[in-house]
Amino acid sequence: MSDILLVATGVSRHFGGLKAVDDVSVTLTRGELHAVIGTNGAGKSTLVNVLSGEIPITTGAITLLGHDATRWTQPRRSRAGLGRSYQRNTIFPQFTVFENCRLTAQARWPKVWDWWTPTSRCADSREAALRAIERAGLMPVVQRLAGTLSHGQKRQLEIAMCLATDPQVLLLDEPLAGMGAEETERMLALLGELKDGHAVLLIEHDMDAVFRVADRITVMVNGRVIASDTPAAVRASPAVQLAYLGDEFVA
Amino acid sequence: MTTMAADDAMRTRLPKLLPVLIAFALLAAFPAFGSTFYVDLVGKIMIYSIFAMSLELLVGQTGLVSFGHAAFFGIGAYAVAMVTAKVDAASLWLVVVVAVLASAAYALVVGALSLRTKGVYFIMITLAFAQMAFFVFHDTSFGGGSDGIYLYYKPALTLGSLVLVDFDKGRAMYFGTLACLVATFAFLAVLLRSRYGRALAGIKANEQRMRAAGFATYPYKLGAFVLGAMIASLAGVLFAMKDGVVNPELLVWNQSGAVLLMIILGGLGHLRGAMLGALMFTVLQEVYQSEALFGSFSKHWQLMLGLTIIAFVATMPRGLIGLFGKRAKKEAP
Repeated sequence: MSDILLVATGVSRHFGGLKAVDDVSVTLTRGELHAVIGTNGAGKSTLVNVLSGEIPITTGAITLLGHDATRWTQPRRSRAGLGRSYQRNTIFPQFTVFENCRLTAQARWPKVWDWWTPTSRCADSREAALRAIERAGLMPVVQRLAGTLSHGQKRQLEIAMCLATDPQVLLLDEPLAGMGAEETERMLALLGELKDGHAVLLIEHDMDAVFRVADRITVMVNGRVIASDTPAAVRASPAVQLAYLGDEFVA
Repeated sequence: MTTMAADDAMRTRLPKLLPVLIAFALLAAFPAFGSTFYVDLVGKIMIYSIFAMSLELLVGQTGLVSFGHAAFFGIGAYAVAMVTAKVDAASLWLVVVVAVLASAAYALVVGALSLRTKGVYFIMITLAFAQMAFFVFHDTSFGGGSDGIYLYYKPALTLGSLVLVDFDKGRAMYFGTLACLVATFAFLAVLLRSRYGRALAGIKANEQRMRAAGFATYPYKLGAFVLGAMIASLAGVLFAMKDGVVNPELLVWNQSGAVLLMIILGGLGHLRGAMLGALMFTVLQEVYQSEALFGSFSKHWQLMLGLTIIAFVATMPRGLIGLFGKRAKKEAP
């Protein structure tokens, strides 16, 4: 299979007269971390919502793993291999870390009509959950209730729940939001590892972090892409500097 | 990870199940020393327990607050009257199949439409559909109008021409009801621990996250809605057989409200809570309606019941089940 996993072409999403996402094209490749940056209201989260199928597309096309997924529902895209995390925590606080991941892993359990087997007997979803927890570095707290985790751990769990569904494409909406320095380092290391085997789209406000981990950066302003290139080229682009990064970044 | 599986099993099975098993055993022994009045009352409580558990599946487990659940109870009850001929007892098999299929069909229509909405809109639409069903039975001659229909013969459990159980004899009705109660509890307890049941818990907690994980949540909710209706219709069948009469009051919105109060009173999120709530609600109703205790004031029993329920809900937000301490903590997926 080709390593190009997701292609979005001319994607737009309008809310009435507001063009929240306007003619945006992105390509996500396995092994690459593609960051999308932009000021608040630039349309980054809307882009993720459209790509994941959470809100309908206005115009444009989305190809997922070689299939035209433009009209697919969110659950169908997810089962095909598209995972996403949310900007705010969407963990299930009253369940343990393990149970959180097992629950999402079970979206893949093929025997949908099996109503009698206890979930605790499903070896596949247990292993998928534990793999995801291991990868996200949450093994030490595997049996803790999710609601009692630290903020950084909750963000890690958000990603572990996504990994448990065994996705090929990851859309991560601000995984670093609200994290302390140490937590940020741990998350950046994780993001670096996640490139291996996945195509990752990262939305992030923390510029230093983005330039450290991204292979490719797309800059959005008012719903439009004003630059999409390697970090070095984006850094050097006068248009980006003018529109977004500001003087202190150049210095 | 065998230890983890063992932990899961230990935590979820024995301590929770034991009181329920003891309760079922006591129920089985009760007719041996209870008078007919109390055996009849306990029979009614068991029927309401089945009804309450069917709504618990929707409200407590899936987060769908249906305010029209009595429609399915009533459809089940009317199915008994419709199938029963004037001259002979009907086969219980036929009665149950008709009741369950009729309520499932109605639930499929109501659910398919109402589940496109959320929150208060869902509550109102389920109420509207239930009231529609009420008026069909109340205002047309189809189900005997507002007087309802008397049953001259209870359906019998048959095998060919052989009558296995005649529910007019002895305690057959009581033990038949108990068997249904145990079967309903066992079925739902197993279902809720399965992938499907855990998915419902996930949908209740955060439907958006479940969709992002790949669960097409609409058919899951519709399935729960139809299943809850089918179980409610079974309770309706039992109720009609016990009382020997059906009337539109079985479907009226007060009835939907009463069963909602039962599960809230008992504690949402637990099958045991639904049973406890049915017990408490029915006992309170009996006590307040008793002229021996309250004299002429007993005709204001609804006022006393209402005040008591407000007091319960205010002082026990987790319901009666919350009295049993930490053990009643929210069940995980």
